[in-house]
Amino acid sequence: MITISTSDIQHLASLSSLALTDDETDGLRQDLENIIGYIEQLGELDVSGVEPTYQVTGLSNVWREDEVQAGIPVEKLLDLAPEKQNNQVKVPQVL
Amino acid sequence: MSKISDFIGKSAVENVKEALRRAREIEEYNALLSLTEERALERAAKVDTGEISGRLVGVPFVVKDNFLAFGAPTTAASKMLENFNAPLQATAVEKLEAEGAICIGKANLDAFAHGGSTENSAFGPTKNAADKTRVAGGSSGGSAVVTALDVVPFALGTDTGGSIRQPASFNGVVGIKPTYGAVSRYGVVAMASSTDTIGCFATNAEDADLVMEIMTGRDDKDMTTLPDFWNNQPEFAKKRIGLVKQCMTDDVDAEVRQKTLDYAEKLKQLGYEIEEVDLSMMQHSLAMYYIIVPAELSSNLARYDGVRYGHRAAEVKTLAELYGRSRNEGFMTENKRRIMIGSFVLSSGFFDAYYMQAQKARTLLIDEFKKLFTEYDALLMPVAPTPAFKIGENASDPIKMYLADIMTVPASLAGLPAVAAPAGNSDEGLPIGVQLIGDYKSDKNLLKLVSEVEKI
Repeated sequence: MITISTSDIQHLASLSSLALTDDETDGLRQDLENIIGYIEQLGELDVSGVEPTYQVTGLSNVWREDEVQAGIPVEKLLDLAPEKQNNQVKVPQVL
Repeated sequence: MSKISDFIGKSAVENVKEALRRAREIEEYNALLSLTEERALERAAKVDTGEISGRLVGVPFVVKDNFLAFGAPTTAASKMLENFNAPLQATAVEKLEAEGAICIGKANLDAFAHGGSTENSAFGPTKNAADKTRVAGGSSGGSAVVTALDVVPFALGTDTGGSIRQPASFNGVVGIKPTYGAVSRYGVVAMASSTDTIGCFATNAEDADLVMEIMTGRDDKDMTTLPDFWNNQPEFAKKRIGLVKQCMTDDVDAEVRQKTLDYAEKLKQLGYEIEEVDLSMMQHSLAMYYIIVPAELSSNLARYDGVRYGHRAAEVKTLAELYGRSRNEGFMTENKRRIMIGSFVLSSGFFDAYYMQAQKARTLLIDEFKKLFTEYDALLMPVAPTPAFKIGENASDPIKMYLADIMTVPASLAGLPAVAAPAGNSDEGLPIGVQLIGDYKSDKNLLKLVSEVEKI
């Protein structure tokens, strides 16, 4: 059975953009080890020659008319932003 | 329990006031996160003056708090969206409002619909309608409880792996998860895009049918929606129903098995032959589900980054810190587990062994269902292996909690319609439900069948 180390958890947390606190890490490590240990059993199933299913109802390339329609007003969306300035969403410096 | 027809032809304002009164009366169940009182009373007044009319005129309802709706925040029962005021309404809500229905409040759920008990809510668990020491089921626990306790005659939920059917079963009401794509998901907080569906709870199958008929149909805003098929379903003609063997083993609670057999007897009375059938892929379906769904939700939940809306951590200096801390503070532990499992199964080196393997296994499951539907109109099985469990009983063991989904995930992975119907109570007085799964687009027939059983 797979083992998940603390550094594996830190890697997954970083892939997931989660700044875990130290006291969360060990619990999650144990949980993930158990869960992955469970889902691992699927590896025993022979699926050779089977195509994967991503979409169950067989729809593909669904189009709508390319018409201009009223959307949600910018101000309404900006109202949702935690911080805003000059009609833009404000974030800390990127670089 | 009340029916939709009990509300029609009465003063909408009175209907709404009574529903709000009842909602307050059952506050200790923690089934509702907010009431949309002001807006509901305004709309009710418009109904009473004849400004709004339709098939659900003046009928109060509740939506799970992952539906975007006006009049109260849409929290998804999370700290992340605690103060999120939706700038739009879900298509499903719009369609019901267009028929005169009035949303009076928003129901509790497992945060972001991740869970099977409504214990993962950032605002505390919802209590079971029949026993306050037990879980409501989940993730649409609040919606099931307000229906069971007669606050409203119907409520909306979402079902990604059993989140309508299981709480319906735990609280003794009807719940339907429709064919994938039957109802537009526009304006509903996304979880796993290939299995997310929208359905409802009602006190009887006929009401559920009416609500679903109104909500279904193609929507330009959700390209996975199917052209309307609701009233165009060939009747069940095989008159044969398969009883799924894998759900009738000793692992399943004896009373649950007995109620399922009792239900089978009633179907026999209606002229159906009941035969035991094999759904051998069922044993793999939970593993498939807990690969595919975390993979999809880890992508869908990437949008909660503290930038444009939702929780933003205080005093952050860099953008990376803003993302990481906002997400860590806004999500519950179960959200984090699932996001990280998703990151794991999609990460390089593991993608083929987990994600691809699961999507292939899913094909085998679908093929098995398809074969069964050449011989049977529907499949009968319990909804869950046990009646509602105690609050806290499974909380520390995620796998044990996931096992409660074992009978509901197969229909979700295949996108098939499934109805949970009340089948009586355990000796302890806990509701037990059975599940009827049909072929694609046989939703209405399943409800019709349940309705016929209700009349026996």
